Amino acid sequence: MIEFKNVSKVYGDGTKAVDDVTFTINEGEFVVLIGTSGSGKTTTMRMINRMIDSTSGEILIDGKDIKQEDAVQLRRKIGYVIQQTGLMPHMTVYENIVMVPKLLKWDKEKMQETAERLLKRVDMGPEFLDRYPQELSGGQQQRIGVIRALAANQDIILMDEPFGALDPITRDALQELVKHLQEEMGRTVVFVTHDMDEALKLADKIAIMSEGKIIQYDTPDNILAEPANEFVESFLGEDRLQQRSTMQTVDQVMVKTPISVTQDITLGEAIRVMRDRRVDTLFVTDMNNVLQGLVDFEAINKNRQKASTVQDIVSHVYYVKSGTLLSSVADKMLKRGYKNIPVVSEEGKLEGLVTRASLVDIVYDTIWGDDEEVESIPLETTQFSESE
Amino acid sequence: MIDFLNNYGAQMMRLIWEHLYISIVALGLGVIVAVPIGILLTRTDKLATFFIGLASILQTVPSLALLALMIPFLGIGQFPAIMALFIYSLLPILRNTYTGMKGVNPDLVDAARGMGMTESQLVRKVELPQAAPVIMAGIRLSGTYVIAWAALASYIGAGGLGDFIFNGLNLYIPELIIGGTIPVTILALLVDFVLGRVEKKVTPRNQVTE
Repeated sequence: MIEFKNVSKVYGDGTKAVDDVTFTINEGEFVVLIGTSGSGKTTTMRMINRMIDSTSGEILIDGKDIKQEDAVQLRRKIGYVIQQTGLMPHMTVYENIVMVPKLLKWDKEKMQETAERLLKRVDMGPEFLDRYPQELSGGQQQRIGVIRALAANQDIILMDEPFGALDPITRDALQELVKHLQEEMGRTVVFVTHDMDEALKLADKIAIMSEGKIIQYDTPDNILAEPANEFVESFLGEDRLQQRSTMQTVDQVMVKTPISVTQDITLGEAIRVMRDRRVDTLFVTDMNNVLQGLVDFEAINKNRQKASTVQDIVSHVYYVKSGTLLSSVADKMLKRGYKNIPVVSEEGKLEGLVTRASLVDIVYDTIWGDDEEVESIPLETTQFSESE
Repeated sequence: MIDFLNNYGAQMMRLIWEHLYISIVALGLGVIVAVPIGILLTRTDKLATFFIGLASILQTVPSLALLALMIPFLGIGQFPAIMALFIYSLLPILRNTYTGMKGVNPDLVDAARGMGMTESQLVRKVELPQAAPVIMAGIRLSGTYVIAWAALASYIGAGGLGDFIFNGLNLYIPELIIGGTIPVTILALLVDFVLGRVEKKVTPRNQVTE
């Protein structure tokens, strides 16, 4: 486990490369640090193996402050992969793979065995051992770069845009390979990139960085579902959000006039409203239309004798704020079995209601979007279906 | 020609030996001193400017003047000559060591350090092998200079093929001048050739050509 506690890095000229960052990377997690250049993502990563020392704050690996440890010893326990492979041109593939084991003075047989085994893992035969890096293709070189970082059984592997210089097909293959190796071997990976597709593909968790701060740190799905702010949204890009049809907010599909009553009306009046509007629940608001909760038919029936106004029997209701992404609402509806979820404004005023029927509209649209029904459903979904 | 060799052959062999001896010792000292300093300089940029500047200034002192300057301090003979030539050999080696080390691909240095090499391992296993061709080119350049300048060493009584040349000049015997100059030239070419081979040898077998 790697813990960042209020870590900052300030350079001599006063620039804050990393600004009070606190987050935790659990064991076996694949964490991607992403951001524009200058966002501090690489600095954050390089502080883990003390290639850069933090100015303030603590970084703990398995509970131990890394500053207490000798930097050289620390680095030998942490795999390190950089973009331009960093393979030594004057060393053979074998010598490159066993660089760290050699520093740790492993015996020869163990090194030989490790090199061959790892080479096999990346689909390369032992005939490569005696070649020089320049005799290999870019993809092969980076495979060696990756297994070199695994050779000494490092638990943590740092990767700094390792596939940035590769062509898309090779990159794709290597991404799969790395993800596969990581899952299989259970290593913790900290991966720096500026490529969102890469991040979404590989990450268990993504930390989106900007100006030295972590803007959002969450799973790819959660980030797509609920981008923390506009920056994250723009970073994700409209296309990507739409692809998952998550740009749709509850406002676009909610019923605009939910049936509500104020909290001071009597139960009898409430029942009458229910009967007139043919519903079994009512949302209860105060005088300012701020949502208080809900009453349902059952509660009224039970408390007919005791209570006089709905205020006394109002029960808590799960609600969402306006602007919430539909996907997260849909998820909760399906998982928790809500029939509907009220939508409130920032001030808590009741604005609308997402019903299961609204979800049906969307599914319907996804399947039949090109039909004449298009007009009756929101624009966003139409675009989605066209791209299908 | 035959006559010349009959008369001066034995003496010439001795002088060639002296000449080589002075040059090789001077060059050897130059390598021993300049390479480590060059490496150290890559770690401190401020000192580097200063030292390379200093070496450049020493280089501009006319060689004959430098030899003459040695006399008050070190007297005459081989030792002051060696010291003067040693000073001359420093700059090309120093400069090439520095540039060679600085020119090592920073990614390699970063990778090596990031994998847990100590500074000395980094120098020995990565930077020196990578910089070797450039350093060797500096040594080679110094080598040919030193051989050529060693001819002047006879001026302060250090012997060497310069004896022939100066005697020839003083006594108006062109044969002696030629008999001194040609071996010096051949020696310089020879040293250049040998060091060139070494240079090839230390060039990593698959040096990246970028």
